[in-house]
Amino acid sequence: MVFDAVFLSRLQWAWVIAWHILLPAFTVGLASYIAVLEGLGFFTGNPVWRRISEFWIRIFAVSFGMGVVSGIIMPFQFGTNWARFTDATADILSPLMGYEGLMAFFLEASFLGVLLFGRRRVSPLLHFVAGFMVAFGTLLSSFWILSANSWMQTPQGYKLIDGRFEPVDWLQIIFNPSFPYRLAHTVTGFYITTAFVVMGVGAWLLRRAKAGEEARIMIRMALNLLIVLVPAQIFLGDAQGLDTLAHQPAKIAAIEGRYDTVQPTPLTLFGIPDDKNAVMRDAIEIPELGSLILTHSWNGAIKGLKEWPPDDRPPVGPPFFAFRIMVGIGFAMLLMAVVGQLLRWRGRVYEARWFLGLCQWTAPLGFIAVIAGWTVTEVGRQPWTVYGLLRTADSVSPSLTAGQVAVSLALYMVVYLVMFPTGIAVMAGFVRRGIGGSEPHPDPIEGGRPEQPFAAAARSGGGER
Amino acid sequence: MTALDLVPLWTVLLGLAVFYYVVFDGFDLGVGILYGFLRDPTEREAAMSSVAPIWDGNETWLVFGGIGLMAAFPLAFAIIIPAVYFPILIMLLALVFRGVAFEFRFTRPALRRFWDRAFWGGSAVATLAQGIVLGTFIQGFAVNGRQFGGTSFDWLTPFALLTGVALMFGYALLGAGWLILKTEGALQDRARRAGRVCLVGVLIAVAGVSIWTPIAHPDIAARWFSWPNIAFLSPVPILTAGLVVIEWVALGRRTELVPFLGGVGLFLLSFIGIAISLWPMIVPYHYTLWQAASSESTQAFLAVGTLFLLPVILMYTGWSYWVFRGKVRGEHY
Repeated sequence: MVFDAVFLSRLQWAWVIAWHILLPAFTVGLASYIAVLEGLGFFTGNPVWRRISEFWIRIFAVSFGMGVVSGIIMPFQFGTNWARFTDATADILSPLMGYEGLMAFFLEASFLGVLLFGRRRVSPLLHFVAGFMVAFGTLLSSFWILSANSWMQTPQGYKLIDGRFEPVDWLQIIFNPSFPYRLAHTVTGFYITTAFVVMGVGAWLLRRAKAGEEARIMIRMALNLLIVLVPAQIFLGDAQGLDTLAHQPAKIAAIEGRYDTVQPTPLTLFGIPDDKNAVMRDAIEIPELGSLILTHSWNGAIKGLKEWPPDDRPPVGPPFFAFRIMVGIGFAMLLMAVVGQLLRWRGRVYEARWFLGLCQWTAPLGFIAVIAGWTVTEVGRQPWTVYGLLRTADSVSPSLTAGQVAVSLALYMVVYLVMFPTGIAVMAGFVRRGIGGSEPHPDPIEGGRPEQPFAAAARSGGGER
Repeated sequence: MTALDLVPLWTVLLGLAVFYYVVFDGFDLGVGILYGFLRDPTEREAAMSSVAPIWDGNETWLVFGGIGLMAAFPLAFAIIIPAVYFPILIMLLALVFRGVAFEFRFTRPALRRFWDRAFWGGSAVATLAQGIVLGTFIQGFAVNGRQFGGTSFDWLTPFALLTGVALMFGYALLGAGWLILKTEGALQDRARRAGRVCLVGVLIAVAGVSIWTPIAHPDIAARWFSWPNIAFLSPVPILTAGLVVIEWVALGRRTELVPFLGGVGLFLLSFIGIAISLWPMIVPYHYTLWQAASSESTQAFLAVGTLFLLPVILMYTGWSYWVFRGKVRGEHY
């Protein structure tokens, strides 16, 4: 590993985008949630929706502000550190990002102001529309930026002229082979991430008696979303894996930790990859399962990394481990969703202290899964920026020295390590304030003290027992 | 397949986008700079509230300007941005501090002081950095083929620092104009006085740039001072001088709209002046707009959407300004 301008620029890119992606991972889902709450409030007239919405809008404002400022940094990275990449690919990629700005950023920014500050200045219908527009904007943004990312992974619809990519067919460029899968998998992941945060915060509010009905609604809505989306996400992830096998088989080999081609291919559960000698040490394998999962047949072959020259192989460690983290979290999430529904079915979910505690602890799981998934797809496509066509090493700005990039990277690190903890503290402060509702809050159930049976019976509408 | 030359269209679109950014984020960055000179907490609150609902919409134009340059003139983007590596870095980080300060001020009082400073400090430093980028642009770039050929410190010259300071006065003048529009009473009076100080600063700086540039670049001198150009171009400096007088007077009168519009007018004239000097270069003094242009298909594909969407964007942006019309009422969600 050489600490040159290329490597440090990659670290800098990874640093700024990994932090940035946490914000859309949260705000895409939260914007939609707020739009739904505003809609329910508008159409039913029940003030409880508005109380929940206003609680989340405060938190949304902070995370969205952080998303804006960390997002402005991203396009400039193309110019500052990746000028040769920009010169080669701008004809194709920049219009996609241009459409993201035109369709999404302006929409979000203008209507966010109204959503945040305009409750008393516009009609309730317009306020709901503002919430809807912000949510719509976040989805349009995901569409375009993931299209650009996917084109780098599975380029098509271009012609190469003197080392520069020029567009031939825009529909082919936008709807490149990995795009539909990536879009579905990523946006679903963002929704799930948000649902776990909403559920965790709801559980905390309930345990500390900072909210009553509002917190129960949050948990209920989150669980209902999760029981649909988590199984769907496992299916979508499998579909993206198959698509990757078709277009980026070296990435799949890295994910599977497979150096040698073996037929039928076993599934490597765990091991210590050694890229230098191209062997998986201490591997724990299940025979034939790799073939079954990836080719959906018992005897399918998966190419090992040795089929590629050493210069064209991705590193195995990061995608291999990150993939196992992501999948592990996926199944933990499935368990949470199923258990939560079972508890609801038995009418005990809001009293089960252990489950509410679990909700709190699992609240950040989605973020970890998003970062892990991002690592899988981005490290797994190395050593290319445009897959198979433009090398990462040939993408960096020629004027940069390692020392200069080290300085900028250090500054980005310092600033982000101030910004993100502060942002989280500010949001936590809003959560701690709770929701000032009209309904008297129930007794806290923190500390294992169950509700008095009498009060519980009275609230569940009972009494005629 | 030469059908339609879209370079003039993109030059106009990009020029408008940059100008829009400079005026709109200019005034909210300017409010941030003036914020540092306000002491009274309620005045600070009013100043910040006057830009809180609209700043991120304004900053979006920076993203659009950057991506628009990348899309229409990618060669310029790939040469200019690495040349100003550190000014861009500093600008981005300063914008981070100032942007999150809007939300982070609601923390504990000890931290609040820090985020107050981050707001005006970030605004000031981001403006300085943008001015340095402008100065470096006028100065020109070392180019090696299709890449920047200089070092990452070529921007560090007295001229670029002068344009940096000039832009701080300029944005603060716009900010003063905005505060005069959006506030009343003591804060408005303060903004009027600050506006005059800024106007003097702008005047000195613009004069400095206008003298320095033709001396450093004989081609530019020839363009401005040769006959008959001087006859066509002389309205630019004459109008500028006239507008300075109007602005000075308006800052002392009771009119609330003229100071802001006068500031915008001064920016427009400076903008036109720079365009006249550098035309048709987009990477001064190496590549013209046509040489740096992206493929026709790229320009056409984005132009279709831009021409359709920009009016829509301006409509709902205008609506969001309309929602928050009138004097600041010091409200929060």
